[in-house]
Amino acid sequence: MAAETASGYIQHHLQNLTFGQLPDGGWGFAHSAAEAKAMGFWAFHVDTLGWSVALGLIFVLLFRMAAKKATSGQPGGLQNFVEVLVEFVDGSVKDSFHGRSAVIAPLALTIFVWVFMMNAIDLIPVDWIPQLAIMISGDHHIPFRAVSTTDVNATLAMAFSVFALIIFYSIKVKGLSGFIGELTLHPFGSKNIFVQILLIPVNFILEFVTLIAKPISLALRLFGNMYAGELVFILIAVMFGSGLLWLSGLGVVLQWAWAVFHILIITLQAFIFMVLTIVYLSMAHEDNH
Amino acid sequence: MNINATLIGQSVAFFIFVLFCMKFVWPPVIAALQERQKKIAEGLDAASRAARDLELAHDKVSQQLREAKTQAAEIIEQAKKRGAQIVEEARDQARVEAERVKAQAQAEIEQELNGVKDALRAQLGSLAVNGAEKILGATIDQNAHAELVNKLAAEI
Repeated sequence: MAAETASGYIQHHLQNLTFGQLPDGGWGFAHSAAEAKAMGFWAFHVDTLGWSVALGLIFVLLFRMAAKKATSGQPGGLQNFVEVLVEFVDGSVKDSFHGRSAVIAPLALTIFVWVFMMNAIDLIPVDWIPQLAIMISGDHHIPFRAVSTTDVNATLAMAFSVFALIIFYSIKVKGLSGFIGELTLHPFGSKNIFVQILLIPVNFILEFVTLIAKPISLALRLFGNMYAGELVFILIAVMFGSGLLWLSGLGVVLQWAWAVFHILIITLQAFIFMVLTIVYLSMAHEDNH
Repeated sequence: MNINATLIGQSVAFFIFVLFCMKFVWPPVIAALQERQKKIAEGLDAASRAARDLELAHDKVSQQLREAKTQAAEIIEQAKKRGAQIVEEARDQARVEAERVKAQAQAEIEQELNGVKDALRAQLGSLAVNGAEKILGATIDQNAHAELVNKLAAEI
């Protein structure tokens, strides 16, 4: 790494392993950031998908293992761990969602654990997993990002899924007319029918922005936090490559300190994503206007 | 940060994980938790019930103990009374028996005495006649003097 420039190192670390259509027409991995960009929409970040799916599988299999053996008697270690998480999520759901839904609580659990696991990969020193990828592939320039939540695609995918559920439940609970009414008849209303018609576009603009802000803020908050956190780790890692002993020493201390602080961030971001999902979905369930 | 089809892949993965969690993870765990809650509630109920039962049993035991003590005291009292009565009866009986034996003995003595007296009296007549015969040196006609002798014997 020392041979590279700092900016090259950072850019390399912020580059996903992208699989898509190459300029020559064949399908393959992009070799540079420009090539990845040129692939357009129909390209896949293999590293993001691979890590998130792998961690998701660990989540479901681990929890399924505990759930299969779940007894009402004395719980074992794994069941205890799963029960603590389930009760925590169940409590969070019950705090803000008062209806009955078979979807929200498991959704919240999946979000919390999955996001937490994806975030937690950030605590592994930034070079380890990319170096592993280099060793396995034999390609010294292979880009590889291990933290799925630093890819805006991953966070947006979850946020849009939640958004789809918000729309689905809004329409299911309030009916299509109720949902449209919610979007167009508030916050400004009038007894006069003509004034009301004039107010509808204004209302719609305000309410639509409020609605669309939910998934966007959900996705960008998680993405921004994790991206920034990873960037700090990368910048600290640059210090190791400086060749100066005191700077490397400082880097060790800083990396440790930032990792400790980051434990808080990864947990908090997973929690925030979960809680906001619950809150948005409970808002979708209620006729609160 | 290119937005590309990863979005779709992630959404599909997310959807599948949520579905799996909803179908196979959440229900059994929640069911186990609720069942345990019920069990604990039942256990606590049973414990308080048992404590109440124990208290009742304690009360009953002490009451029975008290009753038994009273009863035992009564029985002892009765037994003592009966004992005294038996002793009294025995004593009376003994006294009566003693009286009877004494009376019988006395009667026997009396009878014997009378017998002896009669015998003596019978013998005394002949003895006196014999004595008188010897003294007088003459034979006294027994028949002639029988009246005299009998009179003498009756006087003794």
